[in-house]
Amino acid sequence: MNKQSNTYTIIYIIVLVIVVGTALAATALALRPRQQENVNADKMAQILAAAMITPEKDRIVADFDRYITSQFVVNERGETLDNVKAFDVDVATQAKLAPDRRELPVYVCTVSEGVQKYILPVYGAGLWGPIWGYVAFDSDGSTIYGAYFAHQGETPGLGAEIEKPAFSSQFAGKQVFKDGRFRPIAVVKAGQAPLDGEDYVDGISGGTITSKGVGSMLDNCLTPYKKFLQNLSQQTVR
Amino acid sequence: MADKIKAKEVLFNPLSKNNPVVVQILGICSVLAVTAKLEPSIVMGVSVIAVLAFANVIISLLRNTIPTNIRIIVQLVVVAGLVVIVDQVLKAYAYDASKQLSVFIGLIITNCILMGRLEAFAMANKPWPSFLDGVGNGIGYAVILVIVGFFRELLGSGTLLGYQVIPQSFYNAGYVNNGLMILPPMALILVACIIWVQRSYNKDLQED
Repeated sequence: MNKQSNTYTIIYIIVLVIVVGTALAATALALRPRQQENVNADKMAQILAAAMITPEKDRIVADFDRYITSQFVVNERGETLDNVKAFDVDVATQAKLAPDRRELPVYVCTVSEGVQKYILPVYGAGLWGPIWGYVAFDSDGSTIYGAYFAHQGETPGLGAEIEKPAFSSQFAGKQVFKDGRFRPIAVVKAGQAPLDGEDYVDGISGGTITSKGVGSMLDNCLTPYKKFLQNLSQQTVR
Repeated sequence: MADKIKAKEVLFNPLSKNNPVVVQILGICSVLAVTAKLEPSIVMGVSVIAVLAFANVIISLLRNTIPTNIRIIVQLVVVAGLVVIVDQVLKAYAYDASKQLSVFIGLIITNCILMGRLEAFAMANKPWPSFLDGVGNGIGYAVILVIVGFFRELLGSGTLLGYQVIPQSFYNAGYVNNGLMILPPMALILVACIIWVQRSYNKDLQED
């Protein structure tokens, strides 16, 4: 057959595409379970990081099950939703919904005997792509125990610094309820203080937009938890 | 006998005499991008060796059947398919490395070394020499990545493969990590230094 003819060329391409497409589909299908395991383990490690727990590489799932003693989903009114699993909630999608329609996961972490922290996921937008994280609250529902932030493509050395402990450790000890009012932590330029008297942390120098993104993310994602956190604080007083 | 000699040449030339990065000047973009730390450099190097070797073999096996006017497209489809497979395998078995490398594995498709060797060698040679050529060029590329990654991580972060190498006493005495090393232009300068050193030793590589 004439190798340079149009018919041969077209048939050749069609066969090639079918073969390559099949090979790729088969590979993706075969590897999907392992990949999902990896993604889940990564998410578990991030949640634990908010509570200052760093599991060893091959012990991530075991440590997660050990420390996270319960997980549930609440709505904006603080009521527990029964038909949803916390780990399966796609925070990225939920963050775009109106607050009263969101499913809000809560992870309860028992860091030591009788001491529990409540880990809430957050999701927002940085400069170049999404940013997300987990914030761990003390049982008084107001004081932050620890936080973990991650990003997809922020600038190394600037916006990407939100991943470093130097940034996230600032949140420890800050409170979201002051004088009875709920105010999420503000992220401001170093040396400034917010106008409203709320607790704040220093943003990244040179990473203004990412820092602002973190502030908006906390505002958007923590505010729906207000009722839940209020309930928590009332339980502690009791 | 002639075949044996040629096979050795094909395998070992790209390591130094015909190195894809510092002599053929191909694949520079990825050298800049992934060598900020040593571990991604190694993973990238191994990935390129795998993709290049197999792409070379596949194209060499197909070389007499490919219509001339779509040969670049066919080469591209084969390379793209292999790169996606490598990406999927990394996500399954080396998740941390794949997170660090993120888009750069996909960008192997755009690495000039691949299209360069497929067009220049695999289209005109038998599968076994093509395989050796792919492995040789892949190793030549990986060697440069490792050298650049080694210096950039050591001088830019004070660590190697994540382990702290520069002792704390140095930092206390006033030593500061060279922040410039983490940025891409330094990789370019390091590659230029490697070219300089190599050409000082190999007079026949010097152009007049």
